[in-house]
Amino acid sequence: MESVLKVTWKRLPLSTNFAIAQAVKDSDVDVVSAYPITPQTTVVERISEFIANGELKAEMIHVESEHSAMSAAIGASAVGARTFTATAAQGLELMHELLHIASGLRLPIVMSVAARALSAPLSIWGDYSDVMNVRDTSWIIIIASTAQEAYDSVIQAYRIAEDPRVFLPVLVAYDGYAMSHTYEPVYVSEKSDAFKDYIPKNPRWYTLNPEKPITMGAMASPEWFYEFKYQQVVAMKNALDVVKEADDEYGKRYERKYGIIEEEGVEGSDITFVTYGGLYGTLKESIEELRKKGEQIGLARIRLFRPFPSEMLADIAEKAKALVVLDRAITFGVNISGPVAREIISSLYARGIERNVYSFIVGIGQRTVTEKDIIAIYEKVKEMLASHERQKESIYWGVRE
Amino acid sequence: MTQEKLLGWKELPLGGAILEPGNSERRYTGDWRTFKPVILQDKCTRCLRCWIVCPEPAIYIIDEPYTTKSGRQFKFSVEVNYDYCKGCGMCVEECEPKAIDWIEEEK
Repeated sequence: MESVLKVTWKRLPLSTNFAIAQAVKDSDVDVVSAYPITPQTTVVERISEFIANGELKAEMIHVESEHSAMSAAIGASAVGARTFTATAAQGLELMHELLHIASGLRLPIVMSVAARALSAPLSIWGDYSDVMNVRDTSWIIIIASTAQEAYDSVIQAYRIAEDPRVFLPVLVAYDGYAMSHTYEPVYVSEKSDAFKDYIPKNPRWYTLNPEKPITMGAMASPEWFYEFKYQQVVAMKNALDVVKEADDEYGKRYERKYGIIEEEGVEGSDITFVTYGGLYGTLKESIEELRKKGEQIGLARIRLFRPFPSEMLADIAEKAKALVVLDRAITFGVNISGPVAREIISSLYARGIERNVYSFIVGIGQRTVTEKDIIAIYEKVKEMLASHERQKESIYWGVRE
Repeated sequence: MTQEKLLGWKELPLGGAILEPGNSERRYTGDWRTFKPVILQDKCTRCLRCWIVCPEPAIYIIDEPYTTKSGRQFKFSVEVNYDYCKGCGMCVEECEPKAIDWIEEEK
């Protein structure tokens, strides 16, 4: 096998924020435009350092808001530059209308989000309310669970975004604080050009060029608009395979891969837990205790929220008696209010699979989730399952009366 | 008024990009109108203010001499191209001699 391009790795202690910055450098990004916001700020600070000391040849655009950050990113990507931005929480909300424009123009921008709760009341701490609000913007959403995975995912994100079958922007999310500010050992490439064959610079999307003028962002009247949205539907569908291929190829070349869903022990489990982000670590630890007592528990972590891996989730559900979904965001005003739980339920309905899906809301505004919580949730679900109780609404775990 | 062939999603450039410049003349915006400007050739002084302000532009200078009822001679006429006139009314507003009528479109 002519694989591994002799990448020399160095092992560094990095927070996920710094791992992201390192990945931006190693992706040879051309333009970065960003506005500081907790807990993302150190991503762009570190990128600034890379640019200042000559390790990354890129243009850093200092903007006056996240709205401008995304606008500048759209402009840069529209002339064919490899573009990056990072944000969180209110910053992501301020970008929101531009998120639709970036995807609608089919620009392969990559953005990292240190997932954080949304104000008011003000919380600078972690949950996934901001990321879940991106759901309907036609951005691809990857959720990493370690600093290493975040590093690898940003590099993969460029391969996904710039694939002609996709041409959509990609968001790489990870837990604000719990990951953004926690140091882990991360293997990063010794040399910055290690990925240049994996993500060659060859803009194939429509770009603005005076030599060959085109119009981007023109108006589409009712008889035209719908078809452009359907193009995005198809691109999203294609993205599922492209994400998988990008990960497989990365694994082949660099010997690290993650899949679309990380799973263990789902075969013949009584109850399979499903979650995303850093919480998966806590879950793994906690389940060890229960397994020692002989409990049949499966674990699954969704690494891709958009496009949603419905079929894979249905397969996992089919192997278990019930699913427990731990969501770190609330979609208000509906009985099952965990965003991922809802997706799973509709995936199962589409496949005609009858399984109890128990939706739990946890870790809102970084309310700590401990091993005790996981074990108590497990006991609660076992009880409900034994009495054939169908869940009528999400359980807001640990909320005080 | 000719209508563009409505292409399917596979045939259309991604994201609504328009790949050839100068194709706005293929976009007939005349059906946006609810009111239409009508130039009164006898009142019109050919100052071409309408021609300047028309954002489309849908005011055409026609190579046709015209003699008004009062005997004034002009070497050219001014007309509205209704394929493109959106009916914004700017010409009507700006016309100094009030030589443009503003008429409701019929169904």
